[in-house]
Amino acid sequence: MRSRETILSAVKANQPANTGLPDISIFEKRVKGSAHKFATTLKSVGGKIFYVTDYEEISRILLKQYGKEMRIVSPIIELRDIRSDNPDTLDSIHQLQDVELAVLKAHFGIAENGAVWITEDYMQYRILPFITQHLAVVIHADDIVPTMHEAYELISKATYGFGTFIAGPSKTADIEQSLVIGAHGPRSMTVFIINNNNAEEESRR
Amino acid sequence: MNEQPNKDHATLALEFNRDEERVNWHDETLWWIRQKRDKAAHQLVEWESLREAASQIKNNVLSNLQNYLVQFEQNAVANGIEVHWAVDAAEHNKIVHRLINEAHATRLVKSKSMLTEECGLNEYLAQKGIEVIDSDLGERIVQLAKEPPSHIVLPCIHKKKEEIGELFHKHLGIEANISDPQFLTETARQHLRSVFLTRKVTLTGVNFAVAETGEFVICTNEGNADMGAHLADVHIASMGIEKIVPERKHLGVFLRLLTRSATGQPITTYSSHFKTPRDGKKIHIIIVDNGRTVQLGRKDFRNSLKCIRCAACMNTCPVYRRSGGHSYHTAVAGPIGSILAPNLDMEKYADLPFASTLCGSCSNVCPVKIDIHEQLYKWRQVLVKNGHAPTVKKAMMQVMTWTLSSPVLYHAAGKAGRWTIKHAPFAINNKFNPWYKQREMPASPALSFSDWYKRNK
Repeated sequence: MRSRETILSAVKANQPANTGLPDISIFEKRVKGSAHKFATTLKSVGGKIFYVTDYEEISRILLKQYGKEMRIVSPIIELRDIRSDNPDTLDSIHQLQDVELAVLKAHFGIAENGAVWITEDYMQYRILPFITQHLAVVIHADDIVPTMHEAYELISKATYGFGTFIAGPSKTADIEQSLVIGAHGPRSMTVFIINNNNAEEESRR
Repeated sequence: MNEQPNKDHATLALEFNRDEERVNWHDETLWWIRQKRDKAAHQLVEWESLREAASQIKNNVLSNLQNYLVQFEQNAVANGIEVHWAVDAAEHNKIVHRLINEAHATRLVKSKSMLTEECGLNEYLAQKGIEVIDSDLGERIVQLAKEPPSHIVLPCIHKKKEEIGELFHKHLGIEANISDPQFLTETARQHLRSVFLTRKVTLTGVNFAVAETGEFVICTNEGNADMGAHLADVHIASMGIEKIVPERKHLGVFLRLLTRSATGQPITTYSSHFKTPRDGKKIHIIIVDNGRTVQLGRKDFRNSLKCIRCAACMNTCPVYRRSGGHSYHTAVAGPIGSILAPNLDMEKYADLPFASTLCGSCSNVCPVKIDIHEQLYKWRQVLVKNGHAPTVKKAMMQVMTWTLSSPVLYHAAGKAGRWTIKHAPFAINNKFNPWYKQREMPASPALSFSDWYKRNK
């Protein structure tokens, strides 16, 4: 513990006179986020978007895309008919290494950067949204905020052990700045926006 | 890491400059990233206000750092995280080694952490018989090449895809002469997936540590930090004391600025918030000083501790773009590295504050408004005062002082210079004059300005 005291007393001796914190509430837009902007931004970072009316439609789309052969894992109860196995009974998280598709709920999306916020309770296992070959996420059109400031306003009331913003599939441009999708995490990210009111209008835009 | 202590920035830059085509590619690619940064920044009308807010938050952090560190520690411990303190690189490395031993492991998978580069962790662990694998693609590539990263965000920006194909051929068993980035990335994905699945201990950096909640945030595009952390039994996170932000809501400001400044993306693919360990697993945080409290005490230079490691200053720097990251012979290259490194070792890094044109572009793009070019200028004063200026430069400065303080000498010198360029260019354009390396001769004017003025007034 001597190092702790050494560092803290050196910090105290050397830190400058107190300056105040700025008011960052000025950045809050206090309006709803635009689903259209969210969708456009997510697509620009390699994500895919579907406007749907309910989980039945999501099941149909996913089954058509992935078929019944692929391993699909989801803690979402409405999707129990399309999931391959019940991940509640895993002996080890390493058994998730051959998951083809994971479908998770997110708390909300952010229009300015196309990210969704997912906490541990929606993941079942922290590794699931990263180890899966493909990721699908479900949000409601009403749950889209304009910027990160409104996002943290919502998160401020939340408790979680782990939470993450995910914006698109995993990617890298480390080799000569050529963008490659599918670095270590999912090779694709699809977001289903459930919109019971004006799904058609949005999808036509 | 593979530092060349006898070679200064100019010498190493000269080596980089031998391959003109590569230098041009390096220069243009980094400028292209700078342009993407501009495009992203210009989309936000509040961009300048965000920079100002970020700067003020970081000023507040530095001015209350002791309290924030104690608060962060208390909350992290309450969340079930074990907190360690390291005064210097050696202590940091020892702690990491002890934690690996305690986990009965001999192998470590690591995601990007410039702090561990600064501490020389990989070399230290190698000596102790611990195998370390870097999991960020760019870092894995330079690790295979036995080189340090040349850029803090794009570690292998100095490498061509053909060289990477050759490395993968040699080390990862692919066929020779493959240079397709898609194929090479897939090769690394398969290789590193098996690494992630078999390592019990992982080490990551920390982008932000929240005093209010005791959580910390790690940003990646590849997902490598998460793959390592969520599969391992023990997660070690190394952070400098300056990584603190006061409250969770302040992350909003920094996450909006970080990636837009770095690559022009609106946010990294993953911004992961670690608050508690998984059931039965462990998270350790090592809080490292290693010279930072000294920098905190230097009034003119403490601002450098506000850095969030976006690398915008490197991408925009006309010197960095044309001299390459390795020419800075320090873990963090470029303008910000040149004001951080002399704090650690004034003699060893005395050349770096001179590796700049002082054009100020770095300060203009800095998301937390660090006065980088002013600090570079101030470091020069400190270094010269402390006797760290090169002898030749000192002698030249004395000659310049005499010449510029005497009008007769000044005019005579001007005339002699013009005559020499015209009639004896070899006297200047030779290998003893560094100004003529990679440069064309300018034409000599027929008249000096004062002669021209006398004739035309």
